[in-house]
Amino acid sequence: MSGVRVLVGTRKGAFVLTSDARREQWDVHGPEFAGWEVYHVKGSPVDPDRLYASQSSGWFGQVIQRSDDGGVTWVPMGNRFEYDGVPGTHQWYDGTPHPWEFARVWHLEPSPFDLDTVYAGVEDAALFRSTDGGSEWQELSGLRGHDTGSSWQPGAGGLCLHTIVLDPSNPERMFVAISAAGAFRTDDAGKTWRPVNRGLRSDGIPDEDAEVGHCVHRITMHPSNPDVLFMQKHWDVLRTDNGGESWTEVSGDLPSDFGFPIAVHAHEPETVYVVPIKSDSEHYPPEGRLRVYRSRTGGNDWEPLTDGLPQDNCYVNVLRDAMDVDSLDSCGVYFGTTGGQVYASADAGDSWQPIVRDLPPVLSVEVQTLP
Amino acid sequence: MKQPTTQPTTQPTTQPTARRVIRVVLPYHLRAMARVDGEVRLDVDGAITQASVLDALETRYPALRGTVRDQATHRRRAFVRFFACERDLSHEPADAPLPEAVAAGDEPLLVVGAMAGG
Repeated sequence: MSGVRVLVGTRKGAFVLTSDARREQWDVHGPEFAGWEVYHVKGSPVDPDRLYASQSSGWFGQVIQRSDDGGVTWVPMGNRFEYDGVPGTHQWYDGTPHPWEFARVWHLEPSPFDLDTVYAGVEDAALFRSTDGGSEWQELSGLRGHDTGSSWQPGAGGLCLHTIVLDPSNPERMFVAISAAGAFRTDDAGKTWRPVNRGLRSDGIPDEDAEVGHCVHRITMHPSNPDVLFMQKHWDVLRTDNGGESWTEVSGDLPSDFGFPIAVHAHEPETVYVVPIKSDSEHYPPEGRLRVYRSRTGGNDWEPLTDGLPQDNCYVNVLRDAMDVDSLDSCGVYFGTTGGQVYASADAGDSWQPIVRDLPPVLSVEVQTLP
Repeated sequence: MKQPTTQPTTQPTTQPTARRVIRVVLPYHLRAMARVDGEVRLDVDGAITQASVLDALETRYPALRGTVRDQATHRRRAFVRFFACERDLSHEPADAPLPEAVAAGDEPLLVVGAMAGG
């Protein structure tokens, strides 16, 4: 019988939540790597039992863990992330040059084509690749070496490469997003990159057509439609229909277009989910009401989804990597909060229930649909 | 072809290299990473220094590479400290001899996760 495995990274460890396809009863396993920050856990599309986890600590640095049995056992892998060549500098908050310094891995993206190939997005922003299942890591330095690289500046959370989108129909094409540089695309498997931020408008950037400097929070793609991407920017929700050549705002009637995650329905490429947050000054839901908003029209027209979600006195946040969908016939939608709740909907967002209520603050949620 | 440094035939002297058993106490999270309980005992050849002890530690427990010191520069991580014999040795040169009591195995080298964060 098919089922679902939800991989949860938190401030104090990783958790694996499993259910059968009814998604009513959940088994909670964890914490793994207890006491460590786990920014991300993600499974391989090639073999769902191959998982990678990013475990880090201000004291003891970065550890990469790998499981080959769906999260039952883990083995530490290579954790040597060295920038290619002389690292050079990027801009610091005050505009002065600042050396590139590795801090942590924010996001791990296993290849849909090869079991042992996995990408890592790191802070300070760079993209690394391993082709041996996580033992050795090499920087794809064409990204950081882009002409604009020395002008990139960190966002409030650091200069982090937090999003990696692999085109499942074209191994040569990838997208990444960096706070606060913007979105970038490669069409040669990572050798060369170019910014794809045309159409983004960011208050505070003097040049409204600036090539970089945009605080992109998250981009996502439906696998059947790889030229269409959706973006949650610091402010604004946008879409592109041409692989990032140009973006159009689709915030429409959202109560706030600030937020972090954005996800697409597994079977409906024009059905999109966001979690509006009141503002970048307050970082909690408008009016203390936790609402997922769904658009069935690819943006602009949004409906609030509230059944089962707290509608008063709720002041949590939902971080950029903390929302995902399953691909069962009735698409499941999942998200985790900074209050430690992981909510699940087995009916595409119409109703919600908490799987767990009291985890540490949730940093990431990834969902695997198991055969 | 470069010879492995551990080949006895490459040693310039006829004296066997001294080997000592060094006691090391790791903080909780690193014991968990290494999957050990209590203090660890390491066979260390030659001079007993922070560097040689950490070399031996990382050889015996590869999962600890990068957690105590940077893998490329070998600089101590900022929030890790080394104590022994009621002294803070964190700022001593990595190749300075450790106290004789540590080299003799009478006292452990303490690897400490600094208290920080409020």
